Amino acid sequence: MEKNLVNLIIDGKSIQVEQGKTILEAARENGIDIPTLCFLKDINEVGDCRVCLVQIEGRRGFATSCIQKVEEGMVVHTNTEEVLEARKVVLDLIISNHKVDCLTCVRNGNCELQNLAKQFNMTDIEFAGVRNEHEIDDKSPSIVRDFSKCILCRRCVATCKKVQGVGAIDTINRGFESCVSTVENKSLNDVNCTFCGQCIQNCPTGALREKDSTGEVWRKLRDPETYVIAQTAPAVRAALGEEFGMEVGTNVTGKMVTALNKLGFDKVFDTNTGADITIMEEANEFIERIQENDVLPMITSCSPGWVRYIEMNYPELLPHVSSCKSPHEMFGALLKTYYAKKEGIDPQKIFVVSVMPCIAKKFERQRTEMQNDGLYDVDSVITTRELARMIKQANIDFVGLEDSEFDSPMGEATGAAAIFGTTGGVMEAALRTAQDTLTGEDLKEINFEAVRGGEGIKRATVEIAGKEIKVVAASGLANAQKILEEIKSGKADYQFVEIMACPGGCIMGGGQPIKTSKERMEKDIRKLRADCLYSIDEKSTIRKSHENPAVKKIYEEFLEKPGSYRAHKLLHTKYFKRNKYNFE
Amino acid sequence: MKTLEEINKIREEKRKELDLRVNTKLDTREKHILVCHGTGCTSSCSPEILETFRKILKEKNIENVRVIKTGCFGLCAKGPIVIIRPEDTFYAMVKPSDCEEIIQKHIIEGEVVQRLLCKDIDGKKVQSLDELTFYKKQKRIALKNCGVINPEEIDEYIAFDGYKALEKVLKEMTPDEVIAEVSKSGLRGRGGAGFPTGKKWELTKVNEADQKYVVCNADEGDPGAFMDRSILEGDPHSVLEAMMIAGYAIGATKGFIYVRAEYPIAVKRFQIAIDQAREYGILGKNIFGTDFEFDVEIRLGAGAFVCGEETALLESIEGKRGQPRVKPPYPAVAGLWGKPTLINNVETYANITRIILNGADWYSSIGTENSKGTKVFALGGNVNNIGLVEVPMGTTLREIVYDIGGGIPNNRDFKAAQTGGPSGGCIPAQYLDTPIDYESLKEIGSMMGSGGMIIMDDTKCMVNLSKFYLEFTVSESCGKCTPCRIGTKRMLEILEKLCNGKGELEDIDKLEKLAHNIIKSSVCGLGQTAPNPVLSSLKYFRDEFIEHAVDKNCRTKECKAISKIMINQDICKSCGLCQKVCPVGAIKGELRDKREIDQTKCIKCGTCLASCPFKAIN
Repeated sequence: MEKNLVNLIIDGKSIQVEQGKTILEAARENGIDIPTLCFLKDINEVGDCRVCLVQIEGRRGFATSCIQKVEEGMVVHTNTEEVLEARKVVLDLIISNHKVDCLTCVRNGNCELQNLAKQFNMTDIEFAGVRNEHEIDDKSPSIVRDFSKCILCRRCVATCKKVQGVGAIDTINRGFESCVSTVENKSLNDVNCTFCGQCIQNCPTGALREKDSTGEVWRKLRDPETYVIAQTAPAVRAALGEEFGMEVGTNVTGKMVTALNKLGFDKVFDTNTGADITIMEEANEFIERIQENDVLPMITSCSPGWVRYIEMNYPELLPHVSSCKSPHEMFGALLKTYYAKKEGIDPQKIFVVSVMPCIAKKFERQRTEMQNDGLYDVDSVITTRELARMIKQANIDFVGLEDSEFDSPMGEATGAAAIFGTTGGVMEAALRTAQDTLTGEDLKEINFEAVRGGEGIKRATVEIAGKEIKVVAASGLANAQKILEEIKSGKADYQFVEIMACPGGCIMGGGQPIKTSKERMEKDIRKLRADCLYSIDEKSTIRKSHENPAVKKIYEEFLEKPGSYRAHKLLHTKYFKRNKYNFE
Repeated sequence: MKTLEEINKIREEKRKELDLRVNTKLDTREKHILVCHGTGCTSSCSPEILETFRKILKEKNIENVRVIKTGCFGLCAKGPIVIIRPEDTFYAMVKPSDCEEIIQKHIIEGEVVQRLLCKDIDGKKVQSLDELTFYKKQKRIALKNCGVINPEEIDEYIAFDGYKALEKVLKEMTPDEVIAEVSKSGLRGRGGAGFPTGKKWELTKVNEADQKYVVCNADEGDPGAFMDRSILEGDPHSVLEAMMIAGYAIGATKGFIYVRAEYPIAVKRFQIAIDQAREYGILGKNIFGTDFEFDVEIRLGAGAFVCGEETALLESIEGKRGQPRVKPPYPAVAGLWGKPTLINNVETYANITRIILNGADWYSSIGTENSKGTKVFALGGNVNNIGLVEVPMGTTLREIVYDIGGGIPNNRDFKAAQTGGPSGGCIPAQYLDTPIDYESLKEIGSMMGSGGMIIMDDTKCMVNLSKFYLEFTVSESCGKCTPCRIGTKRMLEILEKLCNGKGELEDIDKLEKLAHNIIKSSVCGLGQTAPNPVLSSLKYFRDEFIEHAVDKNCRTKECKAISKIMINQDICKSCGLCQKVCPVGAIKGELRDKREIDQTKCIKCGTCLASCPFKAIN
C-alpha cells in the first residue's frame, strides 16, 4: 500500500482513496452519491445542514460526509434506513421553515432544495410549525433578498467573506431566530455590499436574486415610440445556452442575436464593439500615464462591483483606476450621440438595454456620472438569466434557432473584445493594442498566455517595444484586496493591473446561469466558459481592437482620436469615496 | 517578586495567624467574623453587614476581632451567613441591624445570639456549621477553601497550602509524572461528560507545537447551577494554580479562563488573583526559579449557553461568533488558533492541587469504582436546604435530598430530581437509592452534567418541565445546524400543544421520533443532548403526557390551559369564602348550597384554592 492511500468500505464496497479526502469525495469518486445542500467545495465546508449524513460503524451519532475525512479501516453506510430517515427529518425541518412558493419563485426548476424534496419524495411536511417571516429587502438596484426562503446554509456568507473578502453579510441572532443579515440589519443597499452577486450564484434557493428589470424592458419593447437597442456583453454568449439545457461553454452568439430580434429589439449590437473602444481609450491612457510619469500602476475599471469596492475600501487609491467607463456605458453613450445623429433618431427616444453577466451593472447604470446631456448612457440592464426568462416567456425555441449576425454599424467586434469576458482578457486585449501602438508595427505574437488561466492572481512580465512591463490580472475581490495592499504599501513593481470583481471574470458573473454545487464540483465551469471566449478570439479574423473597422470609423467620423476632448466627455468618468455604511 | 523562600515564609507565618479559622479548639483571644461574600449573600446585603461590623468594632474600640469576607459556605438559602471563629458559631439570615447584637452579645458578653442560629432538619437549633446535617454528609475537596479564606488575599491562600502543589510539581515531578498522577487519581471532567482528565492532558501533551494553550471553562450556563461560580468566588487561586500545573504538564505557557460576564464577582476575584500572582512572580517567567513560564488572561462570555461547549468557547475566545466546530479535530490537536489546547472545567481544576498534594491514591480512595472523588452540586427546587453541596461520588440521591437537603418543604412527596440541566434528565423516586456516579446516572436516562440538581415535588408537571428545558435550548441554540435550530423549536411547539390541550396522541410519537433524530444528527453536544429532558420524562412519566394529549388534563394543574379547578362536593361546607375571593365571579351557589365553579368563567388564578379552609378545592 502506498503511504498516502487510505482503505475504507462504503456501502460494502472496498475502496482506496487518497488521504485527506472527505467521505463525500471518496463516495462520489466511486459512483456512490450522497445528497448535499450547504456544501460548496472549497468555500463552504461546514457541515451545517446535515443533509449529507452518513453512518460510520463504531461511532455514536451520524457524521457529515462533506467534511468528515476518510480514515483507514472506516466502514461507512450511506443508505441505511436510519440514515435515510435522519436525512428526511432534516429536510422536513428545513422545508418547514421555508417559504414554499415554488410555482412563483424565480428559482423554480433550478433550486437545490426543490431537487432534494423531489429526490426524497417529500409528499408532506411532518414537522410543520411556525415559519420565520422576514421583510423582503429590495432597496438596492441589484439584489433582492427574501429571507423567508433562506435555509441558513450560509454559502452566501462564506462566499462574501472568503471569496470576495467583503463580509457584507453574516449570521445574526441565535437559534431559530438566526438569519443572515448585515450591519444593524440594514438593507444591502446601505452597507458595504459591492453588488457583485456572487451570493446569488451560490444560493441554493430563491432567497437571493437579481432585481428583475424584464418588466420595464417588455414595456419599452411594446411601445412603438421607443427605439429599443440591445447590446450584449461578451460573457453572455458563452453561458446563455446553459439556460436552455445546452452544454456549458457552448457559443450561442448567433442564436442569441436571433432571439433578441424576435423579442422585438429594433437593433441588436455587440458590446464587444464598446470593448474595442474601451481598449483604444484604456491603452491610450496607459501609454500617456507611462509617458507623463503619471500615477502607476493603472488599474482597469470595467467591473462595476470592483469599482464600488475600491470606492468604499481604498478611496485613497482611486487615482490608480483608469478613468474609462466600462464598455457597455461607452457604447451606450455613443449610441445616443454618434449613432443617433448618424441615423437621425431622437436620442430621447432611444432606450438602450444592456444584456450583461453582471448585476453590479444595474447599479452602475444609474450612477449620476453615467449620463450625457441629461440622458443616461444605458437605460436598463438585464442579466443573462433575465434574457433567458424573456426568451422562454416569448415561447421561443432557443435551441432550434437559426444564427443571425449583429446589426451594423455598431456590431463589428474583434477577438480582443470577446476575451474581455474572462479574467486576464482586458489585459491581453490592451497589451495587443499597446504593443502595436508603441512599436508602430502589426505584431503577430498576440497571445499573452501568462495572463490566462484560472488562478486568482496572475503576474507576468511582457516586453513591449523593448520596454519591460510588469502586469497583474486579479479576479475575485479577496485577490483584488491583496493587490491593493501591495500598491498601498509601495510593494507594487508592476505598471498595469486588471481587476475583475468576480472570480474568473465576467463569465462567472453574478448574472450568469446558476449552477448547483454538485455541477460545480463535477465540471470546471469557469474553464469551459473561458475556452468558449478564447475560441471565438482564435476564430476571429481581426483580433486587435485598433484594427476594428467600425472603431476606426467612429474615431474618424466622431471621436477624432483616443483621449480627445469628446472622448473624455462621453467615454470617461470620475470616481468618489463612498461610505461603506449609510447610517441615516 | 517573591522568592520561593519568601513564599514559604509567608505560608508558615500566615498559617499560624489563621489557625483559628480551622481549629475550633484554639485557645486565643482573637476572633474572626467571617461574612459570606458569594453572589447570593452579596445580593442580600452581606457587604453592608461587613461594613457595619467594622464600624461597630471601631466605635467600640474592640481589638483582636477581624471581619473577613469569604466565599460561599454553601447554605445559600439561609444567607446572608456569618460565622465566628474559632468557636465556629453559625448565624443565618443575618441583617445589618443584627450586627450590633452580635457584637454586644457574642463578642463582648460571650453569649450566643440564639435567635440567629440555624435549625437542623430535626427542628433543633444548632450552634456550629459542622453540627448541621447539611454539612455532615459532605466532603469538601473542591470547596475546601470556600468560606475559610478571604479569596482576595493571596497570602491566605498560601497559608492553606496554596501554590505548594505547583512548587512540588515544578521541583520534584516531570510533566509525565504529573499526568500519571492525575490519571491515577481517576479524576474525570466535572463539566459533565466525565472524560478522564489525565487522558485529556496526555492527548494534549503528545501533540508537538510551538504554542499550546490551557483553557478553563467557566461558562457555567445550566439553569440553577452555580458550582463553578462559587469556586471562583471563594477560591480563585486554586483554579489558577491548577491551570499552571496543567500548563507545565502539557507544555503550555499561556492560559485563558472564559467566564460569563454575568459573574462579575467571580471575574473580579479571579483578576485580583491573577494580579497578585503576577506581583509575587508566581505567574510570569522563571516561576519559582525554574524555566517554567505561564500567564493567564480572562475572557468574558457574552451570555451564550452554547459557549460552554468547548469548541464554541474557543471560537468565542478567538473573537468569533460562538458556534461549535465540527470534531474531529479535537482541541487537543487543534484548539485555540489551531494550536493544541487543553480545556477543563473550573471544578475539575479545583481538584488538581489536592490530588498533587495528597496523592492519587488518597483521591481514588474516595468515590465509586469508576467515578472518583467528590462532586459539587447546586441543590435547588423543592428542597429545604437550597445551596451548594459537595459529596463523595456514590452518595445516593436520597442522602442528598433528605439528609443534606433537609427533605421536601411541606412534607410533600418527592417526584423527581433533574440533573444535568438541559442536557440531562429526571430521576424518578424509584431511583432515590441509586449511588450517584457518571455511569449510574447515564443508565437511568439522566447524566451527571455540571452539577445542577433540581428537586421536584408532586406539584410539578413533567410535561411542563420538559417544555421549560426545551424553551431554554431553543433560545440558546446557536442556530448552526438544522436539527438543533429547527428541530428543537418543533419539539417545543409540540410540547406547547400538549400543555395547551391541543395535542394528540400521535404528537407523542412525533416528539420521540424528532428527539432521536436530533440526538443523532446535531453538530455539537447542545443539540445532541437537548432532547434528553423530554426523553427521560417520557420514559418515567409517559402517563402524564398521555393524559395531556388524550384527557386534556394536567394532574398537577401546572398547565393552566387544561387544568380545571373543581370543588369537591363531599368536602364543601358551603361557607362561601371561595365565592367572596373569586375575582371573576365564577363560583356559583347561594347560602347553604354547595359551591360550584363555572368553568367558562374561571381564569384558573387559584385564589379560591388558598381560601378554602377545608381543602375542598383542587
